[in-house]
Amino acid sequence: MTALLEVEDLRVAYGKIEAVKGISFTVEAGQVVTLIGTNGAGKTTTLRTLSGLLRPAGGQIRFNGRSLKKIPAHQIVSLGLAHSPEGRHIFPRMTIEDNLRLGAFLRSDKPGIEQDIRRAYDLFPILGERRKQAAGTLSGGEQQMLAMGRALMSRPKLLMLDEPSMGLSPIMMQKIMATIAELKAQGTTILLVEQNAQAALSLADRGHVMEIGTIVLSGTGPDLLHDESVRKAYLGED
Amino acid sequence: MNELPQQLVNGLLLGAMYGLVAIGYTMVYGIVQLINFAHGEIFMTGAFGALTVWLWLPGGTTMWLALPLMIIGAVIVAVAIAVGAERFAYRPLRNAPRLAPLITAIGLSLALQQAVWAWYPEAKSARTFPQISGGPFEIGNVTIQTGDIFLVAAAPLSMAVLGYFVLKTRTGRGMQATAQDPDTAKLMGVNTDRIIVIAFALGAAFAAVGAVAYGLKYGEINFRMGFILGLKAFTAAVLGGIGNIYGAMIGGVVLGVAETLATAYIADIPGMDKFGSQSWADVWAFVLLILVLLFRPQGLLGERVADRA
Repeated sequence: MTALLEVEDLRVAYGKIEAVKGISFTVEAGQVVTLIGTNGAGKTTTLRTLSGLLRPAGGQIRFNGRSLKKIPAHQIVSLGLAHSPEGRHIFPRMTIEDNLRLGAFLRSDKPGIEQDIRRAYDLFPILGERRKQAAGTLSGGEQQMLAMGRALMSRPKLLMLDEPSMGLSPIMMQKIMATIAELKAQGTTILLVEQNAQAALSLADRGHVMEIGTIVLSGTGPDLLHDESVRKAYLGED
Repeated sequence: MNELPQQLVNGLLLGAMYGLVAIGYTMVYGIVQLINFAHGEIFMTGAFGALTVWLWLPGGTTMWLALPLMIIGAVIVAVAIAVGAERFAYRPLRNAPRLAPLITAIGLSLALQQAVWAWYPEAKSARTFPQISGGPFEIGNVTIQTGDIFLVAAAPLSMAVLGYFVLKTRTGRGMQATAQDPDTAKLMGVNTDRIIVIAFALGAAFAAVGAVAYGLKYGEINFRMGFILGLKAFTAAVLGGIGNIYGAMIGGVVLGVAETLATAYIADIPGMDKFGSQSWADVWAFVLLILVLLFRPQGLLGERVADRA
């Protein structure tokens, strides 16, 4: 069986500077795969390339058996690849509900969209309570919930989450991680980028450690969580 | 002072025309952060598009039949030029430093003026624009000139169409998303290149309606008409809060009323009798612009720039 997402020797450059220097990994349907590493490792660049916002300088990206290299960003979501970007990027002057509707921009099955909006409110009740409020007035954690809910509105085959815990309070971070665990239990395939290695690896079936544009270590979530070099570098132990 | 209601109505109608043109500045700015200084000339070509249709029609055609066809002609010409400008002049500069598209816009503006001057028959001096017959219309002690009747209908209708489009249609929601965060709009599946073309086209279409209103109001059009009117409309857009489509119309109305009242009443202030004539109207309009830029740079309905982050 081929994997849902296959990344092979992917290279991405900003001008002459190569930010991703030939990485390969796969995501199987139903898996949670995480990319961890410090700032500047190339994690966000990788996700932005997968969703078409950046163009690869080399290598292959296959999603559901199709090459994504020449597909423009606005068509990639319709193939089933949704991206909740780093920094959340909700539409601040729109209501929460309109933000969710934009997540379903390319769908025209009205009953299905309404049903998925209710599902998003079930997953994040606070969003339902504030559905008519401008999204820019939400707290960081609530905005993160909205960004995730919005990404789910396209009914993706693969959900990409970029730093969902960034800048959140410990309690809010736990909440977000619990939601990711819940999505995993429902069978959602997730590619998770995180700086919080502990939380990400506890959830992940597989993890890849990135350093300055390359993958330096790969393994199952539990393996990496117990790997000595990972513990030293990313979990703050000496 | 019983002429005050009359002056307010005059100002409102003038302002509605500014507002129709201002929509184009504000829509394009809201989406690509470009001041399309050629927009005044796109407005001007719309007027010549309408005149061309009129000249094609057999003599003696009534204005009630001709006017819709002239509007269509104006819209087609203005939209074609705006979309062409976007595709061939602005899109190649999308990622260039901001000065490049700005200078391109000024160049395009001069090129369009000269093209009409050189190639449109007898456009080296003003050309008469056909007029609606009947009127003027009296409502109480306010008179609405025949040429302004078109604005009374066209301005609210245009705003209603625009409001419906932006708020209720899928493309309109895609446009709002693109204005707020273009990269994220792409992630939602919005074809932002297409949205940019639509913004240029819609802005040009409303400017074309404004151009027909101009021709009916003043009775003649010329190749330079887009310069001052474009500046006024740009002022209206800044006044209302650039990027905000309702702000464009409100800014237009505020500008039109302020300019009209200044022309009518400033001469009554002791010592100001020199500054009240029609030739000072433009000065007062730009004084208002300077005051807004000093005291409320985000405009009447504008958001502070920090909100965009």
